[in-house]
Amino acid sequence: MTDTVDRADEVREVERIIIRFAGDSGDGMQLTGDRFTSASALFGNDLATLPEFPAEIRAPAGTLAGVSAFQVHISDHDITTPGDAPNVLVAMNPAALKADLHTLESGGTVIINSDAFEERNLAKAGYEHNPLEDNTLDGYTVITAPMTSLTKEACKDLGVKPRDAERSKNFFALGLVSWLYSRPEEPTMLWIQEKFKGRDLVIAANEAAYRAGNAFGETAELSASRMTVRPAQLPAGTYTNINGNTALSWGLIAASQQAGLPLFLGSYPITPASDILHELSKHKNFGVRTFQAEDEIAAVGSALGASYGGHIGITTTSGPGVALKGETLGLAVSLELPLVVIDIQRGGPSTGLPTKTEAADLMMAMYGRHGEAPMPIVAASSPADCFDAAIEAVRIALEYRTPVMLLSDGYLANGTEPWKLPDIDSLPSIDIEFASELNGVDSEGREVYWPYVRNDDLARPWAIPGTEALMHRIGGIEKQDGTGNISYDPANHEFMVRLREERILKIADKLPPLEVMGDDDADILVVGWGSTWGAITSAVGRLRSGGTKVASVHLRHLYPFAPNLGELLQRFDHVVVPEMNLGQLTKLLRAEFLVDAKAISKVSGQPFTAAELVTKIQEVAR
Amino acid sequence: MSAVPVTTKKDWSSDQEVRWCPGCGDYSILTAMQLLMPELEVRREDTVFISGIGCAARFPYYMNTYGMHSIHGRSPAIATGLAMARPDLDVWVVGGDGDMLSIGGNHLIHALRRNINLTILLFNNQIYGLTKGQYSPTSEVGKVTKSTPMGSIDQPFNPISVALGAEATFVARTHDMDRGHMQEMFRRAHDHQGSAIVEVFQNCNVFNDGAFNAITKKDARDAMLINLTHGEPVRFGVDGERGVMIVDGTAKIVDVAEVGIDALHVHDETAPDPSVAFAISRLADDRESPTPVGVLRSVQRREYGESVSSQIAAAQDTKGPGDLHGLLRSLPTWDVS
Ligand code: SF4
Repeated sequence: MTDTVDRADEVREVERIIIRFAGDSGDGMQLTGDRFTSASALFGNDLATLPEFPAEIRAPAGTLAGVSAFQVHISDHDITTPGDAPNVLVAMNPAALKADLHTLESGGTVIINSDAFEERNLAKAGYEHNPLEDNTLDGYTVITAPMTSLTKEACKDLGVKPRDAERSKNFFALGLVSWLYSRPEEPTMLWIQEKFKGRDLVIAANEAAYRAGNAFGETAELSASRMTVRPAQLPAGTYTNINGNTALSWGLIAASQQAGLPLFLGSYPITPASDILHELSKHKNFGVRTFQAEDEIAAVGSALGASYGGHIGITTTSGPGVALKGETLGLAVSLELPLVVIDIQRGGPSTGLPTKTEAADLMMAMYGRHGEAPMPIVAASSPADCFDAAIEAVRIALEYRTPVMLLSDGYLANGTEPWKLPDIDSLPSIDIEFASELNGVDSEGREVYWPYVRNDDLARPWAIPGTEALMHRIGGIEKQDGTGNISYDPANHEFMVRLREERILKIADKLPPLEVMGDDDADILVVGWGSTWGAITSAVGRLRSGGTKVASVHLRHLYPFAPNLGELLQRFDHVVVPEMNLGQLTKLLRAEFLVDAKAISKVSGQPFTAAELVTKIQEVAR
Repeated sequence: MSAVPVTTKKDWSSDQEVRWCPGCGDYSILTAMQLLMPELEVRREDTVFISGIGCAARFPYYMNTYGMHSIHGRSPAIATGLAMARPDLDVWVVGGDGDMLSIGGNHLIHALRRNINLTILLFNNQIYGLTKGQYSPTSEVGKVTKSTPMGSIDQPFNPISVALGAEATFVARTHDMDRGHMQEMFRRAHDHQGSAIVEVFQNCNVFNDGAFNAITKKDARDAMLINLTHGEPVRFGVDGERGVMIVDGTAKIVDVAEVGIDALHVHDETAPDPSVAFAISRLADDRESPTPVGVLRSVQRREYGESVSSQIAAAQDTKGPGDLHGLLRSLPTWDVS
């Protein structure tokens, strides 16, 4: 393909492109999008991705329910979202076109596999007329390619069966799109060889399909549509393209190394959290123990048991799983043992939208337990940020001997972005010491070990089984502070309930103050938490460059809040809170600080776009 | 490691006041355990008792070891995490029939099938004690309780059958009236590598008094308890006049005089297939018929914690110890200068 690169003068340069790959779930669009993303990452673009797949593993082929899409935003400058409206839609079948055409910007480009636009597929997608033949696509730039037949043709002489050849058509699409947007070929070829090692026919078919797609671009005289996006000027360093669940898994491993304690994950498979179980299972050489439990309750129970034994107990799940773990979390609060509960939120309630994103578990994280059972809450704000958020959650759990809730969501879990790899020497240190000494004197003057004696942070000592002379019993029944003996004394219970609240609030004492981004003298403060960070950052940037004064602040800690949040909120006339729920943080802010915070809600299973936020924030500004 | 210090019952007793109802069978189980521990040659600090909720679940408070009184039904799950993380510990799980067979039934069967190194003591009193007398999953059909004024309509679990169905590698039964037998079963369960479960018939003298009298009273035992001894024909009765035969996979009680001693089933606790042990467990559907006690099954299967540790060791062998710097660079990377 070197000759095409030589003709770079024909290629129009643009700052950014948003491409949406859409097809049937069996068409391999996730893989296509992922390969395009990787090639772009290695090329040096900044990027953000949004994979969207159906809940069914194999929804009926050709139907709207079976459409799987992958949106990628590539840019020559720093970006934080997978983009508003795509500029390019790749539609592998009529259902994909039907489902996603409305997302395309007006005048955008549609790339279509014309082979799939036959009667049966059109009917399944609900098209009465072939949209390639009526006025459906008027106003768009339309590129049609008979991808299936050209792929079969390209594979004809390789000895690949036609049915198998057909499966490579996604590589034809990738080849064509890569030619149109000047992506390097080499990373994809290397990947194909690595991925399908030992299956020579598959390698040959995929390579042939890719090249056929590439050649189609050239021969079909599509040069006018060619564009490229130059590498972004990112801060110097080594980068990798990472999704949230992988970053989160690595953050847990990093925290385990920083603390010098082994990691134990108790988990039960659930979308979209399972990939953390998969990822951590691959890293047993770090001493990681992973346990696929019989249910969500056993998952958290085993993690708590491991914590009792001196490991870092972790449990990963999504909303429905958190609901099941609630009773054990009450126990963990009472036992005052470290534990990290990771909730990769999804659309709810119940099974809801298991493959779509939402952030409506905040109130459950906050209050979803029996009794007064406060738990610190940490939230991740971008795919790469899941790494730091995981370390922070483990740090709080270990240092304060408490269960911690770590919130991520489906969008962060599967979305990717380039991540400048941290210097591992600069990671936060986590210093933990197990108890080894007797610490009390009983009524008969004997030295004893008391499990509920407290340090300056109000954390109790952590004496793990196996430690000589410190044998003691703990349990879920109310206990006397200090000795830990069972106590039904009314005054003691009142004292302990308040103490458990106080010791969690005290975590805020050592949190860094929040920093306001944007205009300090603005009237409007946008308060965000979780995955809305990207859209908020981008929207605030656009508003400011358009002359609107606006400030924003993003919360890492949802409980307790950073110490200066209240003072900060009071400084602005308007406080708006974009949330992928019906206003849960908004309610907490109003209750806690008596400010007139207003929610900007979205609960469609999709993340905010910056454009949506710009409009909503402007409404407030008016 | 220095030798295990010599201890006595007192060393294994905590300073907490025991709070079961006077006359409860739990007292004799606790005493049996506290007397047994010095003989097991283990350290108190390496011993952990984990329990759920119920009368039996108070047990850890009275042992001077590490202990956790957790939540209803979840003790096998919590103990599994602890045993996986810390294979160096001796982890005991104590609970009642409601705790382990009702709310925690799922955790129990999964702990048993995994063969994780836990010694599980199931105190079966066939009633809910702590909640004041509702029928339990082991109560007999027709039982009149506060929640079953017209009699229970639930088919009860036979805990031994459940454990064998879950392919537990060590399954035994004993009762609270015979300290020596309890200690023998506890010792064997403790020494077993993997999940071991011992059902202990336990009298709740407040809500279900005398539930086991017909079989465990001293003068009834010879006739009503079928003592299983490995390698011996299964025989019982005051003069050993009765025995057990396996006919077409079913266990049957026979008169020895009638069938001859050679026809009796010779107990083999190590039989790899649990079917015969299961057949024997079916002998008594109620607590008024001859009931098998002793070790029904004791087989060797890879212990779960050992498999966990060996996978970690194998991963470290092939990949080397974890290297965070390398991990962060394990996906394609690029440099920006
Ligand atoms: S209620 Fe029954 S089982 Fe519970 S302590 Fe009293 S006698 Fe024992």
